[in-house]
Amino acid sequence: MGLNIGCAAAPGRARDNKTGSWRVFKPVFKYDKCVKCGLCEVVCPEGCVREGQDGYYHPDYNYCKGCGLCAEECPVDDIELVQEEK
Amino acid sequence: MTEECELFECGHRACGGCGPALAARLILKATGENTIVVASTGCMEVFSTPYPETAWKVPWIHSLFENAAAVASGIEASLKKQERDEHVVCICGDGATFDIGMLCISGAFERGHDITYICYDNEAYMNTGIQRSGATPYDADTTTSPAGKCSTGNPRPKKDLPAILAAHGATYVATASIAYPNDLIKKVQRAVSTHGPNYIQVHAPCATGWGFDGSQTIAVGRLAIETGLWVNYEMMNGEVERVRKVAHRKPVDDYLSVQKRFRHLYRPGRNEDEIAKIQAIADANAKKFGIDLNVVKEE
Repeated sequence: MGLNIGCAAAPGRARDNKTGSWRVFKPVFKYDKCVKCGLCEVVCPEGCVREGQDGYYHPDYNYCKGCGLCAEECPVDDIELVQEEK
Repeated sequence: MTEECELFECGHRACGGCGPALAARLILKATGENTIVVASTGCMEVFSTPYPETAWKVPWIHSLFENAAAVASGIEASLKKQERDEHVVCICGDGATFDIGMLCISGAFERGHDITYICYDNEAYMNTGIQRSGATPYDADTTTSPAGKCSTGNPRPKKDLPAILAAHGATYVATASIAYPNDLIKKVQRAVSTHGPNYIQVHAPCATGWGFDGSQTIAVGRLAIETGLWVNYEMMNGEVERVRKVAHRKPVDDYLSVQKRFRHLYRPGRNEDEIAKIQAIADANAKKFGIDLNVVKEE
């Protein structure tokens, strides 16, 4: 790894670091009562919940650290935290 | 809704449920990509940019702990000369803002640069291991204000920095909280579209430093507002304009008892004197900003 002038790094290169391995609890999006409000996308500190083609929101488990904020804030209680099995 | 480009990328190394990481995402959502971010040393700098990785997709510069405002001043002056219109936004922690960078901030605001200075306030030096800062609230337990037999934690109240910067002649000064994301986004948008200098202080609960579960970050931020210990308001040219009102203000116990940094107030027994002092701070806030909504009780 060579140093660039000014220690500049490629934009968004943090994606190389798959933080999903930190997870202890996994948020499972059940889509039973989901009203597509998008609050899970707004409150995720990782920014790993994105809107899909179907209008529903999907977490990227490569990066989700399992903090549980989405499950806590979901207004219809449609996200469940389950123990990660590895 | 179309696919939006996330300007603060996944893969940063913040703790799960990090308040400042959420603040960074929301701030960049508001400013858009036509932005240059200046950072000071702090948690956000460390977790978002371990070389050669960076979570930022906008130009981002870090120089020293104390001089983010001075670096931003230089960038703003240069852009002005080149007739460019990028937003210059400082995103710094409370240690860099309240203590170490005070001199440079004071200079930048006094010279009237068109910059937006955003402080993510997690109320201590979290990156180096939770030392107290000028933003640490009264009675909080930190490693340099430890609670014990001879002390009940931080002996000094929080510094009123928004008032100090408003007194510098800042155009727009606001306080916000990650617990109210849309309000935060609106305030940042208003700041970057207003000719500066502007200041926004964002309450960003720190799960690790304050001692609560990562899933409670937003709930804790909300409790700070609902108890009156944090007030969301906007100031334009030194006048308080809009204040977030609270319908049924909760006792400060609701906020204090969920955080480990205040647990010494509840063990071995409830420390009535100290909790009364903190309640008095909340009551004084409520009175100063008039946050209590007069709800008419039905007889």
